Amino acid sequence: MNGSPQHHILSVLVENKSGVLARVASLFARRGYNIFSLAVAPTEDERFSRITIVVDVESAPLEQIVKQLFKIISVVRISELDPRRAVERELLLATVRAEASQRTEILELVRIFEGKILAVAAEALTVSLEGHPDKVDDFEEMLRPYGFVELQRTGRVALPKLEREAARLRALKGRAS
Amino acid sequence: MQLTGAQALIKSLEMEGVEVMFGLPGGCILPAYDPILDSSIRHILVRHEQGAGHMAEGYAHVTGRPGVAMVTSGPAATNLVTPLCDAYMDSIPMVAITGQVPTAAIGTDAFQECDTVGITRSVTKHNELVMTAEEIPRAIREAFHIATTGRPGPVLVDVPKDVLQASMDWWWPESVDLPGYKPTTKGHPRMVREAARMILESERPVIYAGGGILKARAADALRDLAELTGIHVVTTLMARGSFPDDHPLCLGMPGMHGNATAVTAMQKADLLIALGSRFDDRVTGKVATFAPDAKIIHVDIDPAEQGKVRRPDVPIVGDCRLVIEEIVRNIKAMLDSGTVQADTSAWKSRVSGWREMFPLTYEPSDPGEALKPQFCLETLRDSAPEDCIVVSGVGQHQMWASQYWKFRHPYTWVNSGGLGTMGFAVPAAIGAKVGRPDRMVWAVDGDGCFQMTAQELVTASTERIPIKVAILNNAYLGMVRQWQEMFYDERYSEVYLSPDLPDYVRWAEAMGCIGIRVESPEEVQPAIDKANEIDDRPVVVEFRTDSGEKVFPMVPAGLSNDDIVLAPGQDKERLR
Repeated sequence: MNGSPQHHILSVLVENKSGVLARVASLFARRGYNIFSLAVAPTEDERFSRITIVVDVESAPLEQIVKQLFKIISVVRISELDPRRAVERELLLATVRAEASQRTEILELVRIFEGKILAVAAEALTVSLEGHPDKVDDFEEMLRPYGFVELQRTGRVALPKLEREAARLRALKGRAS
Repeated sequence: MQLTGAQALIKSLEMEGVEVMFGLPGGCILPAYDPILDSSIRHILVRHEQGAGHMAEGYAHVTGRPGVAMVTSGPAATNLVTPLCDAYMDSIPMVAITGQVPTAAIGTDAFQECDTVGITRSVTKHNELVMTAEEIPRAIREAFHIATTGRPGPVLVDVPKDVLQASMDWWWPESVDLPGYKPTTKGHPRMVREAARMILESERPVIYAGGGILKARAADALRDLAELTGIHVVTTLMARGSFPDDHPLCLGMPGMHGNATAVTAMQKADLLIALGSRFDDRVTGKVATFAPDAKIIHVDIDPAEQGKVRRPDVPIVGDCRLVIEEIVRNIKAMLDSGTVQADTSAWKSRVSGWREMFPLTYEPSDPGEALKPQFCLETLRDSAPEDCIVVSGVGQHQMWASQYWKFRHPYTWVNSGGLGTMGFAVPAAIGAKVGRPDRMVWAVDGDGCFQMTAQELVTASTERIPIKVAILNNAYLGMVRQWQEMFYDERYSEVYLSPDLPDYVRWAEAMGCIGIRVESPEEVQPAIDKANEIDDRPVVVEFRTDSGEKVFPMVPAGLSNDDIVLAPGQDKERLR
C-alpha cells in the first residue's frame, strides 16, 4: 500500500494552463501506466501548478514515465521524491457509524491520532486526519470496524525535506562555544 | 493597427514565412478564408480534409519546412486526425489550424462541434484552443516553434469562430516563452568521446541510420562518419535517401522486408551506431533476439527514445547533425594522436559475401503473363531523372519501391512509415510537387490505397500540379493477401478488389488526368516514357500486375530476425 517500495512519488511542476491535467492523465492512460494517487494545486507562483503523482512502477519503468511526461510541452520540471528524503502529507475525511455505546472509543482513537471531529450526529461522526500517509492508513484501518458511511482521501502531496539543521549547527564555530 | 482575429491569423502565418497552405473552408473557419484573398499565401483547395493533411506532410517531407493545413470544425477536424497521427509517428513538422464553434457554444454539442483539442491530444506534439483574438499571434508563433524544433511533429491550433471575428491590436511576439520546452541539441561531450572510442574499437560495426538523419539535415555528416571509418550503413524505411544506395558502404534497408545483408549485418554486429532511429518493431523483429552481441550507441534528440526498446551502452541526446559532427571530430583527433582503428577487414569480407549471395531477386514474367511489379518499378527507376521524388502508399508496393529504387539524394523518398496510412501517396505526392515544382514526382501506389484518396487528383488537375501516379494493380489488398497465403493456409478473406472495377483509366480521365493502362511487359517502357513527357497535367499509369507476387525477404511478425524468409531459391544456411 502507501509508501511501500513499488510506489514512487513524482512532483511535477506544470504551466498553469487549461488542459494540462488532462494531458498528464491521458499520457498515463495511453502508455498503460497506473496512477495510484494524484493531487494538483497552484504553487506560490501563479504561472505554475504542482501535480503530485504516486505511480505504480510495476506497470512500467519509472524512467520511461518521466521521459514521456517531460515531452509534454507544459511540463516544466519533474522531480522524483525519495520517500526517505521527502515530507509527505495526506488528508482523510470520514463519516463513521457511531452508536452512543461506541462513541467514546472513536473519540479516543481520534484523540490518539490527533485527528479532529468535524460533525456529530445521533449515530455518526465526521472526522478528519491530516498526516503522513502511513499514519492515515493506520487511522483508516482502526476506524474500519465501526463502519464507514463515507470515506474520502486526498492523495498525497509532498515536498523535498530540508537538510537536517542539527549537524550544520554543530559544525558552526561561534562565540557561544 | 486593429485587425480581426482572422486577419491576425493569416498575417501570423505570413510572418512565419508560409508560402502555401492546404485546406477546405466551412462554417466555423469561414472568417479566416476572407483575408486569404488578400494574402501572399497560396491556398490549395482540397477535396477531402485528410488530403490537406497528407499534402502538408508531403510538402514538409521534401522541403523541411512545416506544412500547413487549415480546415473547419467538427467533421473536418476529425478528418484531419489520420494525417496528424501520421505526422506524429514520422516526426513531420506540420501546423494544423481548425475552426471551432463560437466560445459561448463550446460544450453544448453545437452544430459541427467536436472536442478537437481532446481528440487530437495524443496525436499531436502540442495543441491549443485559443480563447481570445489577442492570443492568436503568440499561439501561431509557438506552434511553428514547437513543430520545427527538437523532435519535429504536428501542432494544432483550434480557433473559435467568434475569436476569428473579434478585433485585436496587432502585435507579434519577438520570442517564445515556453518554460517547459528546451530541447537538448548538443551531445554530452563525455558520451561523444566514449562513442568515438567504441567506434574505433569495434570489429563488426554497423551504422543504423533512421529518419532523424533527414530531420536533422545530417546526410553530409553521416557520409563523413561512414567514409572516415569505413563503416557500413543501413538506411531504414524512413531514412531511404539519407545515404546514397550506390555508395559502396550502403547496405540498404533493414527490417521486416529489408534485404538479407542489412538484416544479417545488424544481427551479427558487435556495435550498432543508431543515429536518429528508434528501434521500431519492424526493424528489430523480436527484441529479445535482436542484434544479441551488439553494443549500442544511440543518438536521438528525444530523450524518451533512449532505452525505450533497447538499453543503449552510450546514450547521446542531441541533434543528429551536431552530434555526428562532434563524433567525427573526436575520431579524427584520436586517429591523429595515434589511436589505431580495429581491423574490420574480416567483417567486411563477410558482408560482401552476403551481398553477393543474397541480392534482391524475382522471377521475370513470361511473355503474355501478368506483369511483375518489381519489373515495372525497375523500368520506372531507370527512366526517371536521378533527383526524382518517389512517394508511396502502404503495402507491398511500398516495400518494393523502397527495395528496388536506387535513392541517391536525401528528400527523394516520401512515405508513411510509422502509422502505415493507406491512401497516403496521392495527396502526399501533390504536397511534394507543390514544395519542389522543379522535380519530377512519381507516386507509386497500390490499387487498394489509390481508392482511398484518389479524389485529390481533381485537386491536382485543377491546381495544375502535374504529378505522376503508378498504380500497381494486383486486384488485391496485396500485403494482407500475402499474410493470408503464408500464415492462414491460403484462406483469402476479404482481400479481393477486382482488376477492372473501378476502371482506373476512365477514372483518371474523369479527374482531368491522362490515363494509361499497361498489361504486357513490352508496353511498360513506352507507357513510362509517355508519362514522363507529360508535364501539364497529372498522369495515371495502371500496371496490371501478378496477384501472386510476394515481398521477400520477410521476417514474419513476432519472430527473430534470424528467422528471415528469403526469396525462393536462396539458401539461408549460407547466411553465416
